[in-house]
Amino acid sequence: MNKISLPSMLLLVIQRDLILAMRKRADVLTTLFFFVLVVSLFPLAVGSEMDMLRKMAPGVVWVAALLASMLSLGRMFSADYQDGTLEQMMLVPQSLSFMVLGKIAAHWMLSGLPLVLIAPVLGMQFDMSGEALLVLVVSLLIGTPVLSMIGAFGAALTLGLRGGGVLVSLLVLPLCVPVLIFGTGAVASVAGGVSAMPNLALLGAFLLMSLLFTPWVSAQALRISME
Amino acid sequence: MAINWFKYSAPSSFYGLAGKMIPWFAWPAAVLFCMGMYIGFFVAPTDAVQSEAYRIIFVHVPASILSMFIYLVMAGYAALGLIFNTRLSSMMATALAPTGALFAVISLWTGALWGKPMWGAWWVWDARLTSELILLFLYLGFIALQSSIEDPRRADRAGALLAIVGSVNVPIIYFSVQWWNTLHQGSTVKLSGTSMHIAMQQAMFSMLAAMWLYAIAISLSRVRSIILERERNTHWVAELAEVKQ
Amino acid sequence: MLKVTNLACTRGEHQLFAGLNFRLAAGELLQVQGENGSGKTTLLRALCGFIQPFAGEIRWQGKALSELGEEYFANLVYLGHANAIKDELSALENLRISSALSGCTVSDKDAIAALRRMGLRGRETFAVKMLSQGQRRRVALARLLINRARLWILDEPLAALDVGAVGLMQEIIGEHLSNQGLVIFTTHQSLQVSGAETRQLKLS
Repeated sequence: MNKISLPSMLLLVIQRDLILAMRKRADVLTTLFFFVLVVSLFPLAVGSEMDMLRKMAPGVVWVAALLASMLSLGRMFSADYQDGTLEQMMLVPQSLSFMVLGKIAAHWMLSGLPLVLIAPVLGMQFDMSGEALLVLVVSLLIGTPVLSMIGAFGAALTLGLRGGGVLVSLLVLPLCVPVLIFGTGAVASVAGGVSAMPNLALLGAFLLMSLLFTPWVSAQALRISME
Repeated sequence: MAINWFKYSAPSSFYGLAGKMIPWFAWPAAVLFCMGMYIGFFVAPTDAVQSEAYRIIFVHVPASILSMFIYLVMAGYAALGLIFNTRLSSMMATALAPTGALFAVISLWTGALWGKPMWGAWWVWDARLTSELILLFLYLGFIALQSSIEDPRRADRAGALLAIVGSVNVPIIYFSVQWWNTLHQGSTVKLSGTSMHIAMQQAMFSMLAAMWLYAIAISLSRVRSIILERERNTHWVAELAEVKQ
Repeated sequence: MLKVTNLACTRGEHQLFAGLNFRLAAGELLQVQGENGSGKTTLLRALCGFIQPFAGEIRWQGKALSELGEEYFANLVYLGHANAIKDELSALENLRISSALSGCTVSDKDAIAALRRMGLRGRETFAVKMLSQGQRRRVALARLLINRARLWILDEPLAALDVGAVGLMQEIIGEHLSNQGLVIFTTHQSLQVSGAETRQLKLS
């Protein structure tokens, strides 16, 4: 019997998750709306003085992205766990790490990528300069996949536990702090007239490291949770 | 701790051994604590810049050091439990977590107490204090995860994985926060002068040793409770003097 | 082909069973019996590799499960209590995905034939959430018809099935056994396969 090839499996898993999300469109949109809502709350809370808002903008957008990412983590494994399809996927004669990578990729496309695309609109609300907006988008583009990956680890570890959402956030948010720091740092350097490259390069390094380790660690976490 | 673990790797044998060991750590801890506090608060000279308030470092610094050291030891035991499937190692990791968290809280609290006379603020976003705060969250995450899982085996293994990933992340988090702090030019909690008076050193080491021995004593005590709870359905627990009453 | 030696499993801190030994060869049918909570599902899941046993060893064609890793999965189909199908997809889509993942991609023609044999004619392309419980179970069981794995591990395969479907299942299992397949199952109902002797394994 043939094994499914790695690229085919990756594609199949991504396709499957995307189709499932399309048929339950509400889920995806709520994450996006939450992001927009949280970002819009800040000017209401701290006042509309443009100077202050401009300084706060990268931080606000990044924290909102972080929270939106946490919110959508329930979707990654939970539904499949409930109806038994997750354990079937764990019985596939192919690398579980790659399976997890596929799920992470689909999750990012549904939760991270929309945020990246809508960030410029939100940034304009905060009167960010064109260059700052560009760096913000790039930092989110590199950083949100890392958030999805760290989130996958947390979701896998807390599979089926009550207290789900809050517990995952408690586990995952501390681990996301470096991404937050360098993501906002990149945009802040633009405001300070310095190159954003060092920060973005570090974010890129995080992305690479996560790609190497998180799928495998998350697969182990899934096995532990399934016992 | 150079003990032949193989003989004592069964919870039933370790229970007795741990019980005997506790006083050997607890008493020296108490003595060293008194010594350290006396030297630190009465013998060591007043600091040129920070006057009397600086004395809080004799609690703050050892607590910070231990909070990080205990995390690594906890992760180490958890890893042993995960790799070799030894339940006692996992129980030790679970026993260490609350103590580590306590030291993190003490470190943060004394950091604040120090900050107030120094900077006029109860909290400063110093790189070390911020990292300490994140370390506290890592501890709380570990404890929360283990309490949410009913199956002890899954709790052990999930906690172990979390602790290992956490310990790999601790240096990354620390350096990120360092970097962030220099960028935002936050305040730094520092000792004045590069060399410490001999009495200060004595006080510091005394307190460090005292807290370390205390950590060992309290963790041994805690692991005994954990052993009793997990082995409550076995024969040897039913036979214990303290249980039979 | 399947050899279990001295197997012991625990749940929580108490032991479910210990010292379990048995062998299963091609064409053999094994029923695992025991009261509720005696560890039947745990045993089946241990055979799938989900659970690390407390003691003992499971070997497939001479190699230990720990050695085989994911290669072992190519040889087995597991049917648990859950149907393992997505409600938002149609029966046909579900079968396509599970067959592709297991490595033996099935043509739509064969998939539809399998669904029709399971009594789902006319319902192959409806979203599964529109089917009844019994029909959903049939979709789950259709997997057995297209997967070419040797070892079938079935946890209460007859649950939610009507008399007709039970007969169909017995037929399908019989065919699998004649094709040199192996079947291990648990059931609260009676399962008789003509032409095959059901061996019993009792867990206490």
